[in-house]
Amino acid sequence: MNRGVIHVDESPIPLERWRRYLPTWLKRFLPIRGGRAEDHHGKGMFGFTVFLLSESIVFLSFIFTYVALRLTHSQNWLSPGISGPELSTFVIISTVVLLSSSFVIQRAENALQRNQINKFRWLWLMTICMGTYFLIGQGIEWSNLDFGLSTGLVGSTFYVLTGFHGLHVLAGVIFQIIMLVRSFIPDNYNKGHFGASATTLFWHFVDIVWVFLFSLLYLW
Amino acid sequence: MESITRDQDSPTSQNEPENKWRRYFSFSTDHKVIGVQYMVMSFLFFLVGGLLAMLIRAELITPASNVVDRPLYNGLFTLHGTIMIFLWIIPFNAGISNYLVPLMLGARDMAFPLLNAISFWMIPPGGILLLSSFLLPNGTAQSGWWSYPPISLQIPPGQPINGEFIWIVSLVIIGISSIIGAVNFVTTIFWMRAPGMTFFRMPVFVWSVLSAQLLQLVNLPSLTGALILLLFDLSLGTQFFKPLENGDPIIYQHLFWFYSHPAVYIMALPAFGIFAEVLPAFSRNPLFGYRSLAVASLGIVVVSIFVWVHHMFTSATPSWMRMLFMVTSMLVAVPTGVKAFGWTATIWKSKLHLETPMLFAMGGAAMFLLGGVTGVMLAAVPFDIHVHNTYFIVGHFHYIVFNTITMAIFAAIYFWFPKITGRMYAEGWGKLHFWLTFIGANLTFFPMLPLGLQGMVRRISSYDPRYQGWNVVASLGGFLLGVSILPFIANIVGSLLYGTRAVNNPWHATGLEWTTTSPPPQDNFEQIPVVKRPPYDYGDPKYSVIEPPDYHQQEN
Ligand code: HEM
Ligand SMILES: [Cu+2]
Repeated sequence: MNRGVIHVDESPIPLERWRRYLPTWLKRFLPIRGGRAEDHHGKGMFGFTVFLLSESIVFLSFIFTYVALRLTHSQNWLSPGISGPELSTFVIISTVVLLSSSFVIQRAENALQRNQINKFRWLWLMTICMGTYFLIGQGIEWSNLDFGLSTGLVGSTFYVLTGFHGLHVLAGVIFQIIMLVRSFIPDNYNKGHFGASATTLFWHFVDIVWVFLFSLLYLW
Repeated sequence: MESITRDQDSPTSQNEPENKWRRYFSFSTDHKVIGVQYMVMSFLFFLVGGLLAMLIRAELITPASNVVDRPLYNGLFTLHGTIMIFLWIIPFNAGISNYLVPLMLGARDMAFPLLNAISFWMIPPGGILLLSSFLLPNGTAQSGWWSYPPISLQIPPGQPINGEFIWIVSLVIIGISSIIGAVNFVTTIFWMRAPGMTFFRMPVFVWSVLSAQLLQLVNLPSLTGALILLLFDLSLGTQFFKPLENGDPIIYQHLFWFYSHPAVYIMALPAFGIFAEVLPAFSRNPLFGYRSLAVASLGIVVVSIFVWVHHMFTSATPSWMRMLFMVTSMLVAVPTGVKAFGWTATIWKSKLHLETPMLFAMGGAAMFLLGGVTGVMLAAVPFDIHVHNTYFIVGHFHYIVFNTITMAIFAAIYFWFPKITGRMYAEGWGKLHFWLTFIGANLTFFPMLPLGLQGMVRRISSYDPRYQGWNVVASLGGFLLGVSILPFIANIVGSLLYGTRAVNNPWHATGLEWTTTSPPPQDNFEQIPVVKRPPYDYGDPKYSVIEPPDYHQQEN
């Protein structure tokens, strides 16, 4: 019977040869030989990245819809008397604020890695303010537009794309607030570490998505 | 696996908690409990979906529309398809993968146990919500599992909560659950492998799960996106898919099939993985071409992302696109062929042990031949234009989703039943179940192929009397299939209560899951194993420490 027999195979481990050529950061990210279960931070960041890739497909499906509709309806894209979203200075300022907050949050996270907790809190607070500014700006912009959700294709696409992105900004700001509160609770400090890294990654994601939406909605 | 010290053949796990059935009704984060929860829940939905199917077949036994009225008939086939795909096969695969992947990798649990429980507990509410739409005054969604606009948007005004609305919401819930699940599986497979468990020492089942879950990650969000837009069109007055208001329903078709073609492989890949585990174990042969079978799973992932338009050959698709997707669709036959060749070569000239799991695996793999061949036929544009939306399609995919995948699922249930429950099932009942299923399934689904060739359109409740002959055969086969589930249930329940105790490795199989107790203890392994061997070493003289199996013999 198979009473716990040990099978030994001393043949070289496949993939091991390729491992030499992988950059260090990739090796950290893709454990090749197994046995990395205890690296909770790495595991969590891996999972979260995978999730964001998936999330980006939802955005892509919306963007695909927008582009396809716009290509086939370039003639009657705007209903009569409707001007469509305008690239105002207001929008540009919001965009600049949102994009520069990516740098701020990254510096905050770096500070946290180096255990500079106060610096982290200040920079983190600044990110929260910048995100909130963007959200308020979006609200103001929405209320000033001369079209609504059901005003033709322009309304359908504009509100759904910016609204879905705005929801993500909102989620990001909520995560940030939670992490800020947590940083004052000593027991949660280590958990907050992963949370802060994940929030930072999420924030970059939200910003990159905005670059695409901004170009498509306002510059096209 | 040098670090395992416990006596491998100790008959049962020592640490069986009292009242352990209660665990299966609780919010547990143990992947084994969650796996069983998934499997049992999806089986219940399978019964519901099967019941709807029998109603459909009852309606179709006569050419007239006389058993159910037409709106109800539409609701029946819509919910039947939806339930079978989203609440039977996909959750069952999630369940068996949940149960097996950590064990096969030598891990203590999934990467994110809490998330795992959350993604399971999203499904029962989603499923019950879906079924609850039978109670609405206007009934359930009626536009089929595709839910193509504009048909799906034709709801009587003044019905804000209608069947279509419920259908979309529950599918979004189930979809989010699947995405969370996929994140968990992919992370588990990358990060939770035991020391020495390199990628090319993972069982093919794990490769298949990895591939299927990658497809979930990349493609499922496009369905979710499409459904959200559809929901807005339905309830909030947007115009994405409304042709009369400049919208474009074809965009929905693209988004839908971008998910739903790969979905067929999300369903099929775990089944292929099950074949790769069961066939070697019962033919005492190493799996033929292990590496090519592993890599073929990834090949299927890559190709199947680029074939979705073959469902839209008749949707005003430009001909260059048709040509392109005809070619890519036929390319899928390459990695799939590699798989089928591997299975055949594995059992070639070996002494087969025809236990129930093996019967189901061989039956399923054989039926895949017909499913796959009809698929390649459909990939040819001229042929597809002829039979599109006929019963030929229904025959094709049922050969795959029932005769291949559901049979593989039964193979898996019988194969891992001793591991999961610590009991043996009754072989006689299992064989009875197999033969009833096999005969019933072919009687049901084969007639659909000639019916489709003769031009019988799908999704109709009344038809030209000249189609009746084959329809009677299919309906009788369908009722036989319904009956075939009874010996299965009897077997499972009876064995749970009175079955003989199972040893740790009743089949003398080689996966890591067989090195722990049946059922496995709380943390799966006494000590995390260190892996130093390839996954399928049956019959290889270098590893031939394993004696020929002694099926169903008590070994203590
Ligand atoms: C491996 C498992 C497979 C599964 C589970 C599967 C499943 C399905 C399903 C569910 C449908 C019907 C969709 C609907 O209209 O409701 C379908 C249609 C189709 N399948 Fe498959 N299929 C598989 C393999 C293949 C292969 C290998 C090919 C081609 C190489 C193929 C080609 C097609 C085509 C072209 C259609 C569309 C027919 C039409 O609507 O005109 N299938 N399949
Ligand atoms: Cu397809």
